Order: sequence, then structure tokens, then C-alpha cells
Amino acid sequence: MKEARGSVFCFGDNVDTDVIIPARYLNTADPMELAAHCMEDIDKDFIKNVKKGDIIVANKNFGCGSSREHAPIAIKAAGVSCVIAETFARIFYRNAINIGLPIVECPDAAKEIKQGDVVNINFDTGVITDETTGKTFQGQAFPPFMQKIIDSEGLVNYINGKE
Amino acid sequence: MSGMTMSQKILAAHAGLSSVSAGQLIEADLDLVLGNDITSPVAIKEMEKFKTNGVFNKDKIALVPDHFVPNKDIKSAENCKCVREFAKRNEITNYFEVGQMGIEHALLPEKGLTVAGDLIIGADSHTCTYGALGAFSTGVGSTDMACGMATGKAWFKVPSAIRFNLTGKLSEYVSGKDVILHIIGMIGVDGALYKSMEFAGEGVSSLSMDDRFTIANMAIEGGAKNGIFPVDDKAIAYMEEHAPGKKFTVYEADEDAVYDEEYTINLSELKPTVAFPHLPENTHTFDETDKINKIKIDQVVIGSCTNGRIDDIRCAAGILKGRKVADGIRCIIIPATQSIYMQAMEEGLLRIFIEAGAVVSTPTCGPCLGGYMGILASGERCVSTTNRNFVGRMGAVDSEIYLASPAVAAASAVTGYLSQPSELQ
Ligand code: SF4
Repeated sequence: MKEARGSVFCFGDNVDTDVIIPARYLNTADPMELAAHCMEDIDKDFIKNVKKGDIIVANKNFGCGSSREHAPIAIKAAGVSCVIAETFARIFYRNAINIGLPIVECPDAAKEIKQGDVVNINFDTGVITDETTGKTFQGQAFPPFMQKIIDSEGLVNYINGKE
Repeated sequence: MSGMTMSQKILAAHAGLSSVSAGQLIEADLDLVLGNDITSPVAIKEMEKFKTNGVFNKDKIALVPDHFVPNKDIKSAENCKCVREFAKRNEITNYFEVGQMGIEHALLPEKGLTVAGDLIIGADSHTCTYGALGAFSTGVGSTDMACGMATGKAWFKVPSAIRFNLTGKLSEYVSGKDVILHIIGMIGVDGALYKSMEFAGEGVSSLSMDDRFTIANMAIEGGAKNGIFPVDDKAIAYMEEHAPGKKFTVYEADEDAVYDEEYTINLSELKPTVAFPHLPENTHTFDETDKINKIKIDQVVIGSCTNGRIDDIRCAAGILKGRKVADGIRCIIIPATQSIYMQAMEEGLLRIFIEAGAVVSTPTCGPCLGGYMGILASGERCVSTTNRNFVGRMGAVDSEIYLASPAVAAASAVTGYLSQPSELQ
């Protein structure tokens, strides 16, 4: 995947993995079951409204807390094509790359993009375009090593491909 | 070229490099890969996709079902079954069944599986706990765990570090929990994002190993990749007791190592500290406002990988001895491992708890992550020795968690309000 495009759902600072997918649902690892409860403690209607390709935009430290990979899995299975944030918590960052969920750090975009805007992200260049306002932002492109993992749709495929 | 931090030295050694610097991407050899009943099933499913079969080393993997065990429902039972069968199939040496298990981060050091100089990943964010022994250990997700189990390797971005120079000595009823809550209150929940928290200074020697485990455990609550302590006589004595004959390596930070920030913390000045809902950085001390003494509570939890060790249990028992849990308060005590449980039994601490009107549970994560064994109803408040007070973490979305030390939690159980021990008659 070299590009993502969709409408935006905005969240604030320190969105933790307990609200992305509450522990009461961690007795399953089924992506679709997890997706059904994605974000429900912070936005009950998120899962009703999100469409395939949509984009999450958040402020700092997105995905802090537990190491549960169920969090990026739930987001990906909910149809989200990319998460843009000012910063990500480090385990979430790793996990997202390892399962092939594209994420981009970009403080300016996180500040200016509004709920409902239609946004396009080019992963090769890191350029984020808010089609609603016409503004563009330069996000951080991945180092080549991480880009390869994302291109392989995750770490396991990447390692399999190397051998 | 500047010197390396303690964390950087361990990473360099495991990557076969003479030196590394912050920001560098490396691949390193692992000494231990850990998973629990929530994260391992996801990892096991991922592992099936590998071309190569089996695990890299059956002695260097630890599987600890602890979150929802003894199983709280059918789905959890299925997850545990998946882990149990995987452990059997792959002849995993360190699989801990109910009856032998404990909360993973209390259990592994106790079993001698984590020692100084090790490079450890665990599919659990509080894997950073083992930094108390001078290991580089960090939390990862299930895919990293799967790749670690299959290949014995993981990729890392070498972190920069923040150094905390500790001076002085803790006062009575002030413990490691207060130190780390104080630090998180100071730097914020993302204050150490991507970085190592390195502890140093003459104050370290006065901290018990249990205090150090508590402090390293919550490094993640400051966003850190790992927390790490220098290896002194106390740490060596701990390893000699728990990992006799196991080889360990002591790494020291270079004199000219570069730190992004340095803080000095005088332990003598610290006071009982509480993190209010809904973030661990939202800290207060009792002298700050009088509102802190008027918070009526419903439940107290003393346990978890942060504060379920013997020092914690002893401290709580010391306060509850000859006293009663206040009317209407549920006080739940969870020793973190079987051997802590047994020690508490031998010292007569379990009797003290039960006579006070508390319940004592077999080791489990249970209420810490809102699993079971103490879920909060809407509007309820809990003083807890656990590590996270996020929205809904222990139950209803509008319940509240106040993070505190075992001393504060036990005192609060007696009064029915958020209280510090000095308030008790
Ligand atoms: S006690 Fe709590 S924080 Fe520790 S491993 Fe268990 S669920 Fe996680």
C-alpha cells in the first residue's frame, strides 16, 4: 500500500490501549470481534460510523499503556487505513508496523486536520494532503527498513521473504 | 565519539557491535522471550505463518498464563489451552501452570530467569520490570514475540536516555511506588517516550530490590522503553539467591555517556504520593490540598506486578494488624506469586488480613486490568497499588482508580477514605 485516503476521526492526547480495546474483550484474539469494540469507551459510535479507508488523527502519545497488539489489530480490522498522530507510544508504534497498519507522525497535521475532513497520505513521500482545506503537511517517512516491513504487510512476511 | 549509556552497552553487546548510538536500528540476540495468556495466543497464531518450524530455544522462552487465570470464562480457558498445548508441543521449559504461576513480572526474577546484562523482550508492557536487576528488558507486541520465539532475534531502535540521580533515603511509609509516581508526575506520561530511564546515585543502595522492581516496572508509565538500575551488592545477592550458578554480566554507563536530561531526586524529601484518575501523571501528595482527605472509596486492591511482592504484603499487613477494614469497603489482597503467598502464610500475614476483613486471592492479574476478581461498578472508586488508572481500566467507564503505595492503600481500607498511614490512630 503506497497511499491511503478517507475521512478523519479526531482524538486527543494519550489515547490508551485500554480505550482502543478494553481488556474485557481480550479473551478473544479474533480481529472482527475486536473491531466491533474498537474505541467504544471513548466514542461509542466510532464503530458504527467508521468506513473502510477512514483515517484516525490524534495528538500526542497515541496508543500508550498495554502492549496488546489487539489495539492496532482492532483499528486495522475496523477498516482504518492510517493513523496520524503528533507522537505514538513506542510499543503501539512497533506493533502497528509489525502488523502492517500504516502510521505517520506529524505534529502539524495532528493540530490542523479536523473531524470529517477528507485526507490523502502518500507513504513514499510522507506528504499528507487535507483535501477539504487544501492544506498539505510533511509527515515523517519511514526509514527504508520499516517501509519494507509495511510493504510486506508485516514482520512475519518480511522475515519469511528474507530467508 | 561519546560514551554509551548502560542500556546502549547491553544492546551493543547483543548486536555484536563494539558501539551503538541513539537512533541506530539494530538487530540483536535475545536471552529471553516472554508471553502471557492474552498476548501468547496471538503470537502462536503468527508463528504458524513462519516457514521455519518450532522455537529457537526451548529454554529461553517463558510462558506465564496470569491475566485471566484461574480461567474466568470459556474464551479465556480456550486461550490458556492454546498456550498450554503450544508449550507442550515445543517442550517449553518455563511454562508455569496454575499452581506454579504467579504474575509474570514478579515470577520471572524470583525463578532466576532474568539476570543482569540480559536482553529480554516480553509481550507485556511491564516487561521493563527486570531493569531492576540491570537487564535491558522491554515490552513488545505479539508479532515481535512470535518472531523472537522463532528466530531468537528482535529489531530495536537504540534509545537515548534520561538519568535520575537518586540521593538520600526514603522515610517511613514512603516506598518505591512513591518514587516512581513522583517521577511520572514530574515528567508526564510521555516524558520518557522512546527513551531509557537510567537510575544512578548513592540513593540507589538504600532501596530494597522490591522497591527497585516497582520503580522499573512503571518506567513504561512515563513512556519509557526501559528502566534500568546499576548492579550493586543487593542486586548481586538477589541473583545469587534466585539464580544460583547463572552467569550474569554487569554493565556500567560510560563516564562520558550523553543523557537527554538529568534529574536529581532527594529520596528523603518524598512523601506518600497518589495518582488521581485518569492518568498516572496526575499526582498529588496529602499535604497539597485538603480535598485529598475527603475522597470516599469503595474498594482497595493490593497486588499486581507493581506492588504484590513480599515487602508490599508485609507493609500492608503491618498497617492492617489489629485494625478492621472500614464498613462497606472491599479490600482485596493478591500476593503476586505462590512463593510470596506461602511466605505471607508462614509469617502469619494472611491471618492478619482475614481478621481485618480483607480477602486474599491466589496470584492473578485479575482486577488490575479489569479482568475479574474486583471489577468496579459505575461511579465507584478504588485505591489500588496497580499501575494504570485509565478510563475503564478496572471496570465501568465512569469508575475511578487512585494509584498509590501499599501503605496508602492499606490505610485507606481502614478509614474508608483516601488516607495516608500517619492519619491512623
Ligand atoms: S498485574 Fe496488571 S500490569 Fe501487571 S502484568 Fe498483570 S495486568 Fe499487566
